[in-house]
Amino acid sequence: MTAQTLTNDKNSLSWLALIGARLDGWTVSVLVVACIAAVPIITVIGLAIAPTEDIWRHLLDTVLSRYIRTTLVLMIGVGFGTFVIGTGTAWIVTMCNFPAKRIFQWALLLPMAVPAYVIAYVYTDLLEYSGPLQNSLRDAFAWQTKGEYWFPEIRSIGGAATMMTMVLYPYVYLLARSAFLEQSVCVLEASRTLGHGPWRGFFKVALPMARPAIAVGVSLVMMETLNDFGTVDFFAVATFTAGIFDVWLNMNSPSGAAQLASILLLFVGVLVTLERVGRRGRKFHNTSTRLRKLPGYQLNGLVKWVAFTAMSIPVITGFVVPAWVLGRYAVDYYANTLETSFWENVGNSLMLSALAGVIAVSIGIVLAYGLRLGQNRGIRFLTRFAALGYAVPGAVLGIGIIVALGWIDNAIDGVMKNNFGIATGLILSGTIAAVTFGYVTRFLSLSFGTLDAGLAKITTNMDGAARTLGLSRFSTLKRVHVPLMRGSILTAGLLVFVDCMKELPMTMILRPFNFETLATFVHQYASDEMLPEASLAALSIVGAGIIPVILLSRTMIMKNKPTSGDGK
Amino acid sequence: MLTKTTNYMKYSGHGAAFFAVVMGALLSPLTANNAHGAGANGPVNLYSYRQSFLMAPLLEEFTRETGIKVNAVYAKKGILQRLKAEGANSPADVVLAADITRIDAIAGEGLLQPVTSKLLEENIGPSYRHPDNLWFGLTYRARVIFTHKERIRPGEIKTYEDLANPLFKGRICMRSGKHEYNISLLASVINALGSEKAEKWVSGVKENLARRPQGNDRAQVRAIFEGECDIAIGNSYYLGKMLTNEAKPDEKKWASAVNIIFPNQPDNGNGENSTLGRGAHVNISAAGITKSAKHAVEAKLLLEFLASDKAQQIYAAQNFEYPLKKDVSLHPIVASWGSFKPDEQRLIDIAALHDSAARMMDRVGFNH
Amino acid sequence: MSGLEMNRIRHAFGNDMVLDDVSLVAGPGKLTCLLGPSGCGKTTLLRLAAGLESLQQGQVAIQGVTVADGASGFSVAPEKRDVGLMFQDYALFPHLNVFENIAFGIENLSPERRQWIKDSLEHMGLSHHTYNYPHTLSGGQQQRVALLRALAPEPGVLLLDEPFSGLDVTRRAQVREEALTFLKQSGVAVMMVTHDPEEAMFMADHIVIMNEGRVVQAGTPVQTYFHPVSAFVTELFGPVNRCRGTVTDGQAKTQLGTFDAPGFENGTEIVVMLRPEAILISPSGEDVPAKKGTHFISGRVDSTHPLGSSSHLHIIIDDGNGGEQVLHVRTPGISLPAVGSSVNVSADMTNAFIFPAD
Repeated sequence: MTAQTLTNDKNSLSWLALIGARLDGWTVSVLVVACIAAVPIITVIGLAIAPTEDIWRHLLDTVLSRYIRTTLVLMIGVGFGTFVIGTGTAWIVTMCNFPAKRIFQWALLLPMAVPAYVIAYVYTDLLEYSGPLQNSLRDAFAWQTKGEYWFPEIRSIGGAATMMTMVLYPYVYLLARSAFLEQSVCVLEASRTLGHGPWRGFFKVALPMARPAIAVGVSLVMMETLNDFGTVDFFAVATFTAGIFDVWLNMNSPSGAAQLASILLLFVGVLVTLERVGRRGRKFHNTSTRLRKLPGYQLNGLVKWVAFTAMSIPVITGFVVPAWVLGRYAVDYYANTLETSFWENVGNSLMLSALAGVIAVSIGIVLAYGLRLGQNRGIRFLTRFAALGYAVPGAVLGIGIIVALGWIDNAIDGVMKNNFGIATGLILSGTIAAVTFGYVTRFLSLSFGTLDAGLAKITTNMDGAARTLGLSRFSTLKRVHVPLMRGSILTAGLLVFVDCMKELPMTMILRPFNFETLATFVHQYASDEMLPEASLAALSIVGAGIIPVILLSRTMIMKNKPTSGDGK
Repeated sequence: MLTKTTNYMKYSGHGAAFFAVVMGALLSPLTANNAHGAGANGPVNLYSYRQSFLMAPLLEEFTRETGIKVNAVYAKKGILQRLKAEGANSPADVVLAADITRIDAIAGEGLLQPVTSKLLEENIGPSYRHPDNLWFGLTYRARVIFTHKERIRPGEIKTYEDLANPLFKGRICMRSGKHEYNISLLASVINALGSEKAEKWVSGVKENLARRPQGNDRAQVRAIFEGECDIAIGNSYYLGKMLTNEAKPDEKKWASAVNIIFPNQPDNGNGENSTLGRGAHVNISAAGITKSAKHAVEAKLLLEFLASDKAQQIYAAQNFEYPLKKDVSLHPIVASWGSFKPDEQRLIDIAALHDSAARMMDRVGFNH
Repeated sequence: MSGLEMNRIRHAFGNDMVLDDVSLVAGPGKLTCLLGPSGCGKTTLLRLAAGLESLQQGQVAIQGVTVADGASGFSVAPEKRDVGLMFQDYALFPHLNVFENIAFGIENLSPERRQWIKDSLEHMGLSHHTYNYPHTLSGGQQQRVALLRALAPEPGVLLLDEPFSGLDVTRRAQVREEALTFLKQSGVAVMMVTHDPEEAMFMADHIVIMNEGRVVQAGTPVQTYFHPVSAFVTELFGPVNRCRGTVTDGQAKTQLGTFDAPGFENGTEIVVMLRPEAILISPSGEDVPAKKGTHFISGRVDSTHPLGSSSHLHIIIDDGNGGEQVLHVRTPGISLPAVGSSVNVSADMTNAFIFPAD
């Protein structure tokens, strides 16, 4: 690799050559976009470099080991739980015939629409000592006090892991299911003719083949677990993220918090690598075998009802129960909620989430296509780095943004004042642009990952064909890739949209004056144990989350059409 | 030629208009877009740690009286960081905090300006405002002990110190030890007893907990009602709110099950000047004007309003807090609890011990 | 010089040298075949010509204009090179119908070009699929659409990457023939990559044979088939029979007779390569009008495989060292000697290729 096509002045751009980049419009766009998206994370790391008194001593002596232990336990617990439930349901729904199978195919995705903090509020309401369940148990058995019986404590690490598992398993389900659907039927049939029954076929053939996709799903789940604040805060579980907030707010040490956050980034680095390895494998495994009718094991008698019940549990616990509880409260309290600026909050949430979705998708396309054009290690790293925002706790990222935007605004203001006598004030800080910027940097990896995977499915010969037919790189993107990726673009946009609807801590810190979203509204009440007042808004977030879930499952079912010939 | 131009205009015109609209929408801080113009009746921009449903009635009243609009950002976290980052260009004029620690930290960062106002100084006593008038307390509340009406005999618990008595093992409920309210309480104990004794005390309380610290103060009262524990620590106003909660009659039921105890009162043998008779720990909500305030005049008006009879009345009536202005009548329910001696240690000293208290909570592993 | 000219191309992927000093010319109106086993670098060469791979060393010129120069880093973007490229997997755009696919690269879709598309589709027997989407077409139909799409912008050079490999054997011959006629009519310079020697023989005006990143022989189909320069080239066109021998006075004696081996030094170990059709057989005991110097040995028929127009036989002979050797023999017709019967075997001396033994 000696000769590089450096068309411009070589010296001034030697740093580009250093990372092995070729200077052209796309490289520059990717670099600029990735750098801008990386600003908040770089700021956090910058903050971490500032010296902090004796915080570390204290942390090491007291809570650090607990943070790490709790975080690991939670991640492993949720990772394992989602793996078992996600993979198990995906396999049964894909391969077995049992009652209501077609409903379960999409219904199993529904819990995805429920934010973890909402399900935590709901189940605490139901399961705590003073909740209806324990109350009726006490009534039924005539127990008087707590000491007379044992009941699991919902506000515990186990409770937190359960709550998160209940709403996060669909990530694994989604990816495992499409992996199972993509698997060559012939391989599974071969395994059957070689004398492997359904169980052995699953463990020996299907599971190993779907491993990369499942790894991607589990690592996504773990990242969500890592950056969760609402649930662990409510349950007082001392995870790393909770610790960051504690150091920042209670010990008033932003740099100490940033240092903890930087350690958290190491965790994330491991997960991202895991995910990359998964994806790499995935590419390798993707065969172009035509989809055919999957063999489908017919379940009979008792077994089919066992399957039915097993599939019902995640749907009921993860969706039906919270929706029912919220719905019941909403019926009683909707009037109170509507008295507030509810519709305005709905409008704000929709507008911000849609805007962030569009921008995140546009940027995601630029990054993914830019990387496709120039396979370059330096830029690749920068892009991955910029997409780390997903795993950083929202509030930490929010601080990074506040500090960065404040610095930029004041710098511009200073320059304008000194040179032109114009005070520009704060241009970006405390505007919707700041919130949108926060959303985009936080959820960029969702859109980038989806689009990157979508793009990878298009053979590079398409690019070659379009280019040799006279199209520039941009026109190729516009006329070939974008139309071909429509599904991925929609998915990416919707994923970002839903996550923005749920986003809480960053919105609170970054928002402009007099600005509420559904999530901040829900949090304001629910965190103060006024769940009924928040129920309508919480239900709205869940409702908004259902739309993409339905769309996702529709595309899955469409994909499934040629395979499952089980009629109308 | 003409048509060609028009077509072109039409095309690019759409794009430009769209761009302008989007940029405009993105960059306007919504209704605060005239935040930079300093007019006599300009708006006041407020950053508030206190929640919107507490503040909204007061702010509406202020606007009704003065015609000055109030723009607000409510956040439980990060206001200090935001103020710091925004620096001299911050649009915020007034900062409102729910406790002494937060407001004092903001003052400590040099983000507040001294306010000269006769009215404020008259209405708010010196122990409830910053020595340089950087911030003013607006209301206070006591961190009290709730006990079950039957399961705890009257006089069985009289002080915070009693909570560490092994007699009450497995009978106390509390919210998270890392919550501001509890950290402030511990800071006041450190201030009164010294570090060593305070740490012993908090360990003792931890030993007596019936369950892991969790929920808010209302949930502790409920837990007493449900029989999960007999004793709880909470802010006084919660009881008033629960007793009058028409929307959720359950809460009335819970609240009726408990007695309210103002700890460390100088009676029953505790001397006026003894530590045991030092008074109940109180905390304040407070407000100050930022150094960068563009609407300092209006900001001062807002502060003065919040310290006025009318606003103090609203605080007392709607939020069951104790007004800091003398002679403002209490809510009848609050009044029925009787008067009490507040712990007169300087709040600013307690704020200074905040860090030590937070670390002490970690050391004893209060939440685990 | 018009057409495609590639000069002294070197290319490496990491440390892996895939093209080592390759030069070639594909003239206008001619079909040039790049023939070689998979992995010999021929597809990379094609992609370099199209500009899809950035050139490291050497020059590429199209229609007499340099489009890429490794030394200066100069490179014309693929879309400006006036080349058409047809991919092995056709790479038809799945979201566009047949007409849109073909029209994709036409900058200005004039009525004439529209007509051309219509006519070409007609010519290819695809007119009733004009508005169908690619996935509804058979492999052969997709192949023809891909070809038309590459030709539609009227490129100066057309590059074809294994264009027929996706088709089943029965369709291949027919599609090949149609394509050839069509290409010849268009007059474009064509460079085609293939690993199928029969295809190369059938289609090419000029064959460039590559092995391990180098050109090993270039010439007309007749030249490369009948005058291979190495054992590799000889074997590329199909299985051969090998006989070993040692040169004495310009002659090499083998189990199949003595072959002229001019230019070899005495004592050189050589191998004589005979294609299946260069082994002649006649029934044992029958009088054959023997040419001068023809050497007959006796063999036994091991198996016979009638293939229709010709037959393939396995004949076992004495390998001269006390062992046996199986000869592959192709004879015209299907009247075959019985299995197990004895035959006389001789070699067609004029069709024997002699190379030093490896």
